[in-house]
Amino acid sequence: MGQPVLKGTTAGATLVSLSGKPPEVVPLPAAPSKPLAAKLIPWGRSALVNLLPPLITVALILLFWQLAAHGPQSSLPPPTKIWEEAKDLITEPFYWAGSQDIGLGWRILVSLQRVAIGFSLAAVVGVLLGALVGQSVWAMRGLDPVFQVLRTVPPLAWLPLSLAAFRDSQPSAIFVIFITAIWPVIINTAVGIRNIPQDYRNVAQVLRLNQVEFFFKIMVPSAAPYIFTGLRIGVGLSWLAIVAAEMLTGGVGIGFFIWDAWNSSRLSDIIVALVYIGVVGFLLDRLVALIGHVVTRGTATN
Amino acid sequence: MSYLKIDHVDKRFQRGAATTEVLKDISLVIDKGEFVSIIGHSGCGKSTLLNIVAGLTPATTGGILLEGKEVNAPGPDRAVVFQNHSLLPWLTVYDNVALAVNKVFGGVKSRAERHDWIMHNLDLVQMGHAKDKRPGEISGGMKQRVGIARGLAMEPKILLLDEPFGALDALTRAHLQDSVMQIHATLGNTMIMITHDVDEAVLLSDRIVMMTNGPSARIGEVLDVHLARPRKRLELVTDRTYIAAREAVLKFLYERHRFVEAA
Repeated sequence: MGQPVLKGTTAGATLVSLSGKPPEVVPLPAAPSKPLAAKLIPWGRSALVNLLPPLITVALILLFWQLAAHGPQSSLPPPTKIWEEAKDLITEPFYWAGSQDIGLGWRILVSLQRVAIGFSLAAVVGVLLGALVGQSVWAMRGLDPVFQVLRTVPPLAWLPLSLAAFRDSQPSAIFVIFITAIWPVIINTAVGIRNIPQDYRNVAQVLRLNQVEFFFKIMVPSAAPYIFTGLRIGVGLSWLAIVAAEMLTGGVGIGFFIWDAWNSSRLSDIIVALVYIGVVGFLLDRLVALIGHVVTRGTATN
Repeated sequence: MSYLKIDHVDKRFQRGAATTEVLKDISLVIDKGEFVSIIGHSGCGKSTLLNIVAGLTPATTGGILLEGKEVNAPGPDRAVVFQNHSLLPWLTVYDNVALAVNKVFGGVKSRAERHDWIMHNLDLVQMGHAKDKRPGEISGGMKQRVGIARGLAMEPKILLLDEPFGALDALTRAHLQDSVMQIHATLGNTMIMITHDVDEAVLLSDRIVMMTNGPSARIGEVLDVHLARPRKRLELVTDRTYIAAREAVLKFLYERHRFVEAA
């Protein structure tokens, strides 16, 4: 079998040399070292493609808004009026001129701190409870119906109860965050753990991993994509809840700022605060998604 | 005293009121250092039998004795190389083996010794070069090599291979079979391999256990393969003993125990 093939190759090689054209190395045109501008062009193009459409959308919204609200009888301020009235809030997020006269950046940070505490607690407790519910049939039968009922309770409905229990606004607000964010974490973790492939469980059994080793080495990494889905929903809900809770509890947070502005009819301030809240909520969601992407990069590719 | 004894194992699955008997009265004795293949049509319960030996599935009646002691829970003394490799995708090749080594030898070997042992086992399957890759970045054959390294690294009394090469292409499979033969020759492990590949069974085994079709699968025949080791794939093609053994297994599978449901 091998012989004819070998002969064929030899014949082919001979032919080439007979034709009088020794094989030539054709030099490829040397890749020109690109100037900086040339390197920046593709980058700039992608930035343009991604940034231009939302910028146009925002410009159109502002234009429409301006047209709709520019009359003197309009109940809401147009963008130009907001800029005049709330310029200091927009341009100086971190000024400090007294205990209640502070920039929106500081207020956002105070709210973020509450969310950080409440959400971290929810993440830890949620993953543990989710692991329990996902791992044990009896825990699921016992706990799941309770969770399904409790998770439909609106965040603010917990506030009076937590104010009564904690007798202070700060822990109450944190508790509201906690109780809001925990349900999606529990439910998604439980689903993730129920979906751990039997193969991984077999590996753990053969290795005789104990409960703690199994939790950290198999369960959490295997369920990580689900856990991060839960965390992402949870952080979004916490941000929704903190603004509402702060409106009622007072203090320094961004929620109370809106309530305070409403009481003194500073509509422009409210609109600026809404933009802040939206941007921060978006960034929080992206942050958790990014962490999830980094942490689960191994799990996704099987 | 026998090394591994499968003693009158029955396995029945109960689903509601219906009982399915998968395995009936399986008894087999395996000596230390022996390479035994279990062959049969799909669905005959050979994987169930391997899982019973591994302790992953309990036997309904009967039991498994390893060096005279009953074993009924999984453990690293009966390491399993799973059909679909079962590597943890979030760990690197090195860390997958390290998980096993650290668990089994955590208290016995020092950190440096464990590192050397992990690398030794990866080198044994020629995977040392890919130690920092994740399972998603290597081919199916390489994954299975790492799976074998993980199994070997536990220094098991018996290595259980569950259709280890079933999902691989023919060339890769041949390479891995050669590797397993070489490892078996070097280390003298006791191995049980589930397979449905007749050539693979004859090439690798000292004995081939042929199972009848389920339900209520039994051991139909046991064939001793009297071929000298080391065995060379190419030389065996014309070897009389090899051809005879191959024929015996084929006849068992396709004449006497034809798989009627196979389309």
